[in-house]
Amino acid sequence: MTVLIKEHAKPSIQEILESGKFLVTGEIGPPKGTDLEEMIEHINLLKDKVHAMNITDNQSSVMRYPSLGTAILIKELGGEPILQVTCRDRNRLAIQADLLFAYTRGIRSVLCLTGDSIPVGDHKDAKGVFDLESVQLLQLIRCMEEGRDVGGNELEGSVKFFKGAIVTPEAVPLEPQLLKFEKKIEAGAQFFQTQAVYDMDNFKRFMEKARKINDKVFISCGLVLLTSPGQIKYMNNNVPGVFVPENLAREMEEAPKEERLNTGIRIMARQIRQLIDEKLCDGVHIMAIGKEDVVPKILEEAGVDITKM
Amino acid sequence: MIVTTSKPFEEVLKELEGEQKVFIVGCGSCATTCETGGEPQVAEMKAKLEAEGKTVTGTVVYEEVCHELNTKRKFRENKEAVEAAEGFLVMCCGAGVQSVREATDKPVHPACNTMFLGNIVRHGNFVEKCSLCGDCVLEDFGAICPVTRCHKGILNGPCGGTDEGKCETDKEKDCGWTLIYNQLEKMGKLERFRRIYGLKNWQANMKPGRVIFERKGGGE
Repeated sequence: MTVLIKEHAKPSIQEILESGKFLVTGEIGPPKGTDLEEMIEHINLLKDKVHAMNITDNQSSVMRYPSLGTAILIKELGGEPILQVTCRDRNRLAIQADLLFAYTRGIRSVLCLTGDSIPVGDHKDAKGVFDLESVQLLQLIRCMEEGRDVGGNELEGSVKFFKGAIVTPEAVPLEPQLLKFEKKIEAGAQFFQTQAVYDMDNFKRFMEKARKINDKVFISCGLVLLTSPGQIKYMNNNVPGVFVPENLAREMEEAPKEERLNTGIRIMARQIRQLIDEKLCDGVHIMAIGKEDVVPKILEEAGVDITKM
Repeated sequence: MIVTTSKPFEEVLKELEGEQKVFIVGCGSCATTCETGGEPQVAEMKAKLEAEGKTVTGTVVYEEVCHELNTKRKFRENKEAVEAAEGFLVMCCGAGVQSVREATDKPVHPACNTMFLGNIVRHGNFVEKCSLCGDCVLEDFGAICPVTRCHKGILNGPCGGTDEGKCETDKEKDCGWTLIYNQLEKMGKLERFRRIYGLKNWQANMKPGRVIFERKGGGE
């Protein structure tokens, strides 16, 4: 195999997690277009504040600058990427080819997702591929790691990735999600990032159940920054598997308009502190959705400095 | 059954531009049930086309327009009206339209959009439960098809978009995986849910599909 990037600026998230450290990851949402300035700013801002950054893959079925291209850009800028791969836009040939490329360019962590459905996005007439889905994608990578493509042909040089997946702790009903969580582990998932969680009591109950299924797999709690009462209302009504509890909604409502963002920052900082202090899980995944510039402030308020962990 | 919907009349008129004399074909099978190409709809179409100044040289409604030999026979039976026509308007599924294509060299026009292989829930209410994948997996999923009834065709459990038994794409549609889970649980067969399904063979029915049965010997 030929790995074109051998020198990594940062440790891999596998190394962080296996050393027992609390993993802190952020997220980069690529722009629609070729103006990368703001994204580069965000990457530079985050690269030393978090252990790694997810790059979303045409998130919410909205066409954007590609996740793979951004992952390489993060690498070039001295950060550590977690490549998100969805199955909505590419079939098994395209996904395998991308993974070969990613590996040779020093991408070490891949998050496997099925992908949102086409109708939620901005190309509503497109054909959804879904040749495979998240569980099968995990299996596909394992197959490639064993030196073969999924067509059964030998690879001239294989791949090796730290494989991740997602789980939805607030899904109703939860039981099928837990069964799928178990299947993802069996298919090769080594780490999980959860969908957005707001109710820490719910999250605790979820973690108890998840730990009963498997107490070794790494789980990061996904947190989305709250920014306004309207956003909370929208999420509660429209985003499946997301539930913002009454007390947080009230805290945001009672905040003066100019204090809303700070309120959201304070809420998330408090939650991160709780995750760490109560040892609820192995890490946090911060989704600031366009407000990446406040992530350093969130971490500062939470008293989290990855250089001192 | 093949579920069809009617194209807007303006679209049909546009298709027929430049053709004064039209022959209309309706179908006594699916399009009759869907009320898109049965006797009443063919009569209505005839009246509307005549009101637009067209001449309808004839109409015919028979079972299984998709049956190519049958269609050719019907065309011979209606020889005069067929020969007088400059074009054909076919009020049924795409298979029927192309069956008519085999019976004439003149222009052939679809009057319907072909939607899916549908179950009849009740009169005028059709749902898709099978997508003709050529590699039936119903045995493993409590006779509920994940390929069709999950919007993403996931074979290994619900996506994160499932919401209290409904699909993220449409709150009116059931999440296929919640149905499957409930069914398998009822049957005490949740171990089937636990089994990991590998990649599906999407070429089991390689387009365009073709099946030819060997004729058994011994005469008919």
